[in-house]
Amino acid sequence: MKKLNTNFWVGIIVALAFYGIVQVLLTTGIFSDVTRSMLLLIGVNIMLAVSLNLITGITGQFSIGHAGFMSVGAYTSAILTLDYNVPFIPAILAGGVLAAVFGVLIGMPTLRLNGDYLAIATLGFGEIIRIIMLNTEYVGGASGLSGIPAKTTWTMLFLFTLITVVVINNFIGSTHGRACIAIRENEIAAEAMGINTTRYKIIAFTIGALFAGMAGGLSAHTFYVITPGSFNFLKSFEIIVMVVLGGLGSTAGSIVGAVFVTLLYTYLREFPEWRMIIYSIVLILMMIFRPSGLLGKTKFSLGKLGKKEAKANDAISESSAS
Amino acid sequence: MEYFIQQLINGISVGSIYALIALGYTMVYGIIKLINFAHGDVFMVGSFIGLYSAKYLTDAGFPPVVVLILSLVISMTISALLGITIERLAYKPLRKSTRIAALITAIGVSFLLEYTGVLILGPQAQGFPDIMDKKQFTLFGSSIQVESNQVMILLTTIILMIILQYIVRFTKTGKAMRAVSFDVEAARLMGINVDRTISATFAIGSALAAAAGVIFGMTYNSVDPLMGVMPGLKAFVAAVLGGIGSIPGALVGGLLLGTVETEISSLGFSSWRDGVAFAVLILILIFKPSGLFGKNVREKV
Repeated sequence: MKKLNTNFWVGIIVALAFYGIVQVLLTTGIFSDVTRSMLLLIGVNIMLAVSLNLITGITGQFSIGHAGFMSVGAYTSAILTLDYNVPFIPAILAGGVLAAVFGVLIGMPTLRLNGDYLAIATLGFGEIIRIIMLNTEYVGGASGLSGIPAKTTWTMLFLFTLITVVVINNFIGSTHGRACIAIRENEIAAEAMGINTTRYKIIAFTIGALFAGMAGGLSAHTFYVITPGSFNFLKSFEIIVMVVLGGLGSTAGSIVGAVFVTLLYTYLREFPEWRMIIYSIVLILMMIFRPSGLLGKTKFSLGKLGKKEAKANDAISESSAS
Repeated sequence: MEYFIQQLINGISVGSIYALIALGYTMVYGIIKLINFAHGDVFMVGSFIGLYSAKYLTDAGFPPVVVLILSLVISMTISALLGITIERLAYKPLRKSTRIAALITAIGVSFLLEYTGVLILGPQAQGFPDIMDKKQFTLFGSSIQVESNQVMILLTTIILMIILQYIVRFTKTGKAMRAVSFDVEAARLMGINVDRTISATFAIGSALAAAAGVIFGMTYNSVDPLMGVMPGLKAFVAAVLGGIGSIPGALVGGLLLGTVETEISSLGFSSWRDGVAFAVLILILIFKPSGLFGKNVREKV
């Protein structure tokens, strides 16, 4: 337990140091605006990937509707700041909360489903949210909302990302998180052991949706414009790809996956015709040759300090799986 | 009432397209439990092959009926080969890995087909040549109209369905397909070549998608490299609606979805069409997760 705590604080310190260095580089102007917006995008994607990892990687509920939650958060917070002059942070939080409400709504009926059927149902929900936005004149219809104040700063984004990672990572490490892992490993066995599977699945969906909503709000306040089309199922796929490429079930993996995919996307922008082709080939090769993702099941820990514990955890989950 | 029947006729012709694509989904899912997201893009490729062969054959001076049949056959053959290639290169190495890895690969293949299409053909839509002159038939007096195209689409679908039923029921490959989808291991023990059977499934599914692509081109007169995405998703909805793994289910699901969509559009809610399709999907999943024709599979402990 003590080891986990040291790890936790070392992680926070490293993150803060990273924040400081980037902040200095940004204020001195060494980082260009392009780099800045890429950093913001990476942060938003980390939030999305880590929150989806809780649903898919930890609880084992396959969801392809994450962009739907993001869209609810983005629209809510954008409307609040645009039309009601609500300050930035409450607007983002409100977006997250409303997305969480949707998480409960979607979680409840679809709990009867599992595997591919759940995947398709969540895809359907994501698409329905998009089509509702598309047909609502109040939120701009197909052309979406524009002129959203670009209030997302590097500091804000860093704070929200850090909170996301810390909250979700601590949740995973808690009793509740272990219950979720038990559901992933074997739902029937988990139920037999007295775990209320329904409750934990809803909790996972709600927390995941909460942070996805906040990520949506932050991204809306970064790029001025949101349209229903930017939250289609391709966006959901992109988030899944981040989680799977990083390593399902690993928070560190989700972060690495988010960074990797964002960088790949950004740098491939120079070859527009080839971008998606290279991206898809990377995807296919990755799945064939390293299906467990870049980091596999590595736990969120730093260096050798955490390795022993990670191993012990893996041993536990492996023995429970077999 | 007459308006309703008119829309029903239009719905059936849209539904036939969904049904043909849905068959590929349902067969592949039934046999290897993979949602083949690339299937909608095979439909797109089939459509383009149909377009080019129709253009070439018309220029060569063949009569319209021959052009239609030949371009269907060419498109179905090449797409079947494409399906087998995709299965061999992308899905076969993943047969033992997790479902999610296979799904991501399917998405990757889908992107690959779409954007290779954009690279080669350009992103803009292309006109599909009129293979046959369109004629209007009137039924029951004068208010209900049927286009010759619609009749032909329905005929093609029915003929293909009959061929498919024959293959699945009476040929060796068909029996092997049913055996493999029932129990892979037992089928292997009985001496069935599982890999070959899976390839055959992909070939048949892709050929049907290609046929749907040609029909789609003839109906809407416009094809583009990204056109497979929505019909692909809708066809999957149709497959789930009918009960995934069931061939008559795919047919009924496709026709039902097509009809519902057209009726919704005709009531003036055409922009809500896609939403309704997904809402139908979710309702079906919640109240009858195995679909209309699906069997309930008990979970084994």
